[in-house]
Amino acid sequence: MSVNDKTPGKVAYTNARLLDPASGLDAMGGVLTSGKEIIDVGAGLFVDGTPDDAQVMDCGGACLAPGLVDIRMHTGEPGEEHKETLVTSGRAAVAGGVTTMVCLPNTDPVIDDMSTVEFVARRARLLGLAKVYCYGAITKGLKGTEITEMAMLADSGAVAFTDGLRGVADALVMTRALSYASSFGLLIVQHPEERSLSAEGSMNAGETATRLGLTGIPKQAEVIMVDRDLRLAELTGGRLHFAHLSTAESIEAVRRAKAAGLAVTCDTAPPYFALNEMAVGDYRSFAKLSPPLRDESDRQAVIAGITDGTIDAIASDHLPQDEESKRLPFGEAAFGGTGLETLLAVTLEMVHNGHLDILTALGLITSKPAALMGLSAGQLAAGRRADLILFEPDRGWKVTDARLHSKSKNSPFDGRPVQGRVLQTVIDGRTVFNLED
Amino acid sequence: MNGQTEQSIYPHRHLLGIEGLSPLEITALLDRSETYVEQNRQADKKQSLLRGRTIINLFFENSTRTRTSFELAGKRLSGDVINMSVATSSIKKGETLIDTAMTLNAMHPDVLVVRHPESGAVKLLSEKVNCAVINGGDGSHEHPTQALLDALTIRRRRGTLQGLTVAICGDIVHSRVARSNIHLLNTMGARVRLIAPATLIPPGVERLGAEVFYDMDEGLKDCDIVMMLRIQHERMQGSFLPSQREFFAYFGLDYAKLANAKPDALIMHPGPMNRGVEIDAEVADDFGRSVIREQVEMGVAVRMACLEILTENLDRPVDSNL
Repeated sequence: MSVNDKTPGKVAYTNARLLDPASGLDAMGGVLTSGKEIIDVGAGLFVDGTPDDAQVMDCGGACLAPGLVDIRMHTGEPGEEHKETLVTSGRAAVAGGVTTMVCLPNTDPVIDDMSTVEFVARRARLLGLAKVYCYGAITKGLKGTEITEMAMLADSGAVAFTDGLRGVADALVMTRALSYASSFGLLIVQHPEERSLSAEGSMNAGETATRLGLTGIPKQAEVIMVDRDLRLAELTGGRLHFAHLSTAESIEAVRRAKAAGLAVTCDTAPPYFALNEMAVGDYRSFAKLSPPLRDESDRQAVIAGITDGTIDAIASDHLPQDEESKRLPFGEAAFGGTGLETLLAVTLEMVHNGHLDILTALGLITSKPAALMGLSAGQLAAGRRADLILFEPDRGWKVTDARLHSKSKNSPFDGRPVQGRVLQTVIDGRTVFNLED
Repeated sequence: MNGQTEQSIYPHRHLLGIEGLSPLEITALLDRSETYVEQNRQADKKQSLLRGRTIINLFFENSTRTRTSFELAGKRLSGDVINMSVATSSIKKGETLIDTAMTLNAMHPDVLVVRHPESGAVKLLSEKVNCAVINGGDGSHEHPTQALLDALTIRRRRGTLQGLTVAICGDIVHSRVARSNIHLLNTMGARVRLIAPATLIPPGVERLGAEVFYDMDEGLKDCDIVMMLRIQHERMQGSFLPSQREFFAYFGLDYAKLANAKPDALIMHPGPMNRGVEIDAEVADDFGRSVIREQVEMGVAVRMACLEILTENLDRPVDSNL
């Protein structure tokens, strides 16, 4: 992979299928960038030739789209550098077409302090790979008791607030977090899980868990917290977003709340619409995720939630785990799967399967998550940053260790044949990934 | 088929569970076990079939009965048997598992008998070693030799498993014995009932092939076999039962409840028993109907048969997934 540190002059991307979900553009055409910015986009662009001072990049008919925006991932750094670092997650991101990502605060130290926000931002900026934004923790030390300095954290760069892998369990703390955040217009992101119901479990409760002799995590653990928080959002008027919804009932609860006019949004992650609990098979710990993979009816409900717009975005939920954390008996293995490099291809499965058109699918991983987090990324338009991906939506490849750049190899899609490959990733006008390299 | 190697009656590398075994394979294991029952009652109990073979009993969970039974089985076949108990801290159990497996594998054992508190742990270990692995009980998943010895006990008393109604009672949710028995009894054409309060019934268990009852009298009605399970206090975090006395009052096996079953119904228990918790002491010792001690006897025969067949298979091409 070559990272060209020089900011280029003008570049004319020609002969491309332009895809911009925000404007609905889907046409053959070109993009002109200058330095870090897009200066022109259009179907008719370059019909009279490219500017003399521009370097010409013939896209060969491939799709040119805004870089992906991933609103839920773990960097591993600081604290778990043996699993992932900003360098390795940055490389994984650009190989998967992700140009902007928002990392969770479950680091060590926790991102509950301005200095940690600034540390991550500075490290990522120096690397020049995918742009990294942070969530701030809702509670100090993720302990679920005292709320953080949300306004100061936001001023230093935190884009929203979450306790990441943990739901805020205490209803009063959650009420105050929503209420306090609302005074600054800040977004609260909840991992909905009622721990007293799920604590001992390692996979979805039901026949498969019973057969394997594993303790189950009932769907109600998610639904109960979604129901509770919807009422707290109503009480406080706070902006609430649920991360990685996995059950039919919780999606239905959000659907009803939206219809009633509540300021609530939600996302899901590829495992929840592409896999079900059968992926656990014979104790495959790579399929041990939080929330757990659910049954087929839930997977269908997640797809329905995506197609009818109840689900606002798709995030990778990238959670790298090293071998020591995964090569264990299922009950002892760590939760989580990597996802940066499979986000595009697995999302495109819904296009190949006829559930979504390509612009809607791309919108869920570009403009829509960017809008949720208030980021200016995810659009192919003049004046925006030149964060672009070139990809072939039909190109097949198989998810294998050797193809993945993440330091950890725990992909729940390990061994899966997928379609949709990133050929080139551009950030601020610089090519940071090229499949041919 | 090139005819060069004799097809095994049990064409698998390991014995990791009952699920997936065919009626023919189970019958073959039981038939082979049967041959050892008489021999074990003789003064000279020894055969030389496993001479030169090494069997390691690797127990990550406390056990006296099962370990002794396997040890005796190995020794009666002249194998060299080594017992290893691995003390497990609650945090780093898994690390010990893989490390220990690799270390032991380097010593070229022929059979590893493994018990582990986590479901799936024995399967995981079997993927890391070159020898045959017998699951001596993994978490709440399976305990295949227990189901086989239960089946042998029933078959010797009733002639067949086909068509019998078997009630399994008590702590189903935590029980690997229950799961292995559900699979075996279904495969062999018996009908399975599960009787327990709902907190001890795992969700979706009916789809494994069982009818669920919350009422002991109703569930025991006309049963041929009553299998009691041990209440596993060590696996119960949180409130599954209000008290032992309430459990015994409604789900403990006493003569009054037993009267619902067939008059000649057999009483079984995998041991160790909690007398007065799941089973009344008098019922447990009922000479006519309790076959609890016979189960222990059959255990040695079954384990001898399993050791013999898996050792035979070491030189054959067999499926290594089971």
